[in-house]
Amino acid sequence: MNTEPSSEIIGAPLGAPVYELANVSKTYARNRVVALQDVNLTLHKGSFSSVIGSSGCGKSTLLKIMAGLIPPTKGRVILQGQPVKGARRDIGMMFQQATLFPWKTAVENIVLPIEIRDGKAAAMKAFDKAHDLLDVVGLKGFENVYPNELSGGMAQRASICRMLITEPAILLLDEPFSALDELSRDMMNMELQRICREQDATAFLVTHSIQEAVILSDDIYVMKPRPGRVAEIIDVDLPRPRTLNMMTTPKFGAIVDRIRRLLDKGEDM
Amino acid sequence: MNDARIKQPKDMAEDTVWVQEISLIDSIPRWIAMSFVFAVFIGVWQLVTGLGLVSPIILPTPWETLEDMIFVGKNLIAGGYLLKALWITILEVIYGFALAITIGFSLGVLVGETAFGEKAVMPYLVAIDTMPKVAFAPLFVAWLGFGIESKVALAAFIATFPIVVGTAAGLHAADENARMLFKTMGASRLQTLIKMKLPTGLPQIFTGLKIGAVGVMAGAITGEFLGGGRGFGEQIRMAASQLNTPRVFSLILYLSLVGLALYALVTFAQRKVVFWHKEQVGSADG
Repeated sequence: MNTEPSSEIIGAPLGAPVYELANVSKTYARNRVVALQDVNLTLHKGSFSSVIGSSGCGKSTLLKIMAGLIPPTKGRVILQGQPVKGARRDIGMMFQQATLFPWKTAVENIVLPIEIRDGKAAAMKAFDKAHDLLDVVGLKGFENVYPNELSGGMAQRASICRMLITEPAILLLDEPFSALDELSRDMMNMELQRICREQDATAFLVTHSIQEAVILSDDIYVMKPRPGRVAEIIDVDLPRPRTLNMMTTPKFGAIVDRIRRLLDKGEDM
Repeated sequence: MNDARIKQPKDMAEDTVWVQEISLIDSIPRWIAMSFVFAVFIGVWQLVTGLGLVSPIILPTPWETLEDMIFVGKNLIAGGYLLKALWITILEVIYGFALAITIGFSLGVLVGETAFGEKAVMPYLVAIDTMPKVAFAPLFVAWLGFGIESKVALAAFIATFPIVVGTAAGLHAADENARMLFKTMGASRLQTLIKMKLPTGLPQIFTGLKIGAVGVMAGAITGEFLGGGRGFGEQIRMAASQLNTPRVFSLILYLSLVGLALYALVTFAQRKVVFWHKEQVGSADG
């Protein structure tokens, strides 16, 4: 069985580092739980990385630290050369739920980050850009539709637009399609890949699905709990662009298998 | 009930077609069902009074009640003393509701948004809310006199609490993702409150307003019963003391129209403001 990543097929050459974490640890004062221990991570421009692990392995904590929502106990968190100390406009985030606000139309939801940062007038000026983004995600013509008229997949497409409207340097994706049915999820993952390539985006995905991680990622950080730590970094050397057909290839199967073994070792999912 | 008639297949190739059971009540329009209940109600009423089972002083006949309603209606239309009394009560309700909304919403934001409010103020509000608020009426009369003020105070006092609770609950309605999203966008606390928490909580806030709208009527009338004045409640009290039961009935019916109008106004505002929230007809908060 092929267990070692080979270095024969590599996609694009590595871009400049965008996001760097060095020796990041987090201990919650409340119960003295070590949620993260010495996490090192480098995301390069245009790369797609994933973190996978069982519940309680610290991936939510990691994501919150990366989003500037909570501070680490120790370590360095650097995005585009600047330490992350709180919310940043160059961070885009997406959640399991689309979290569109029902009193706003699709386009008003998409420009919300601009409304929050620069006010209503700036948000109105961004409408054109929002229209372009809706076009990119295949929602042309849905500008003035309210969210409760959108399907789950369409709502997530709109929330992709909202994430992209500020042209963030990093996209943080917190299980973005796990609430969708499997067919929609596969399709949305392919859409996500296309959008990330078109926008040359740097993305970081938190997921429970090994298959999803493998089909999307260049690197996969496999995390283990107690204390939360990165147990291994898997290099996925499948060619780009990825297609759903690749999920049936032996190479894909071998990588999935390897991650599953890593996750099974010691701790149960 | 109809039995489900299942066609017995003669051979395997035949379609399985059967008539789905539809209950009788589902096939009747609402207005017919409502009219039916109304007719039964009037019928029983007529029966009880017509046969002399109950003294006319205790329960008038439906016809007597209708006659008095026509009299009261004419007086109202002509701008007589009953209209003046009704207008006083309506003013009490309007002022009381406005006061309740102002205080209730402010307290609701304090309790729902700030940790101080939740920790230090909420326990007192809960404690006061469990008191029988009508018992405060004599105090309001002592403080504010026999005029409209004491009635407004009691009406507002009763209607405030559901609005506080509705607002506080509404502010807690936003889910974790929405809060995280606003944090990642760098929203200030005020922005988060105005642009996310309050709109998210509008359905709960309106539920509080509806309960408050019912309470404000009860408060105004109770205030008039206990504190005199020249409102509709005083008219009801006087009619009752003169054993003019048809008048009591017809005044209550007209008063309920005012209550209904206020409730309809709140519901109308809710439909316009919370247009995205589909509410079931006749649901618990509807």
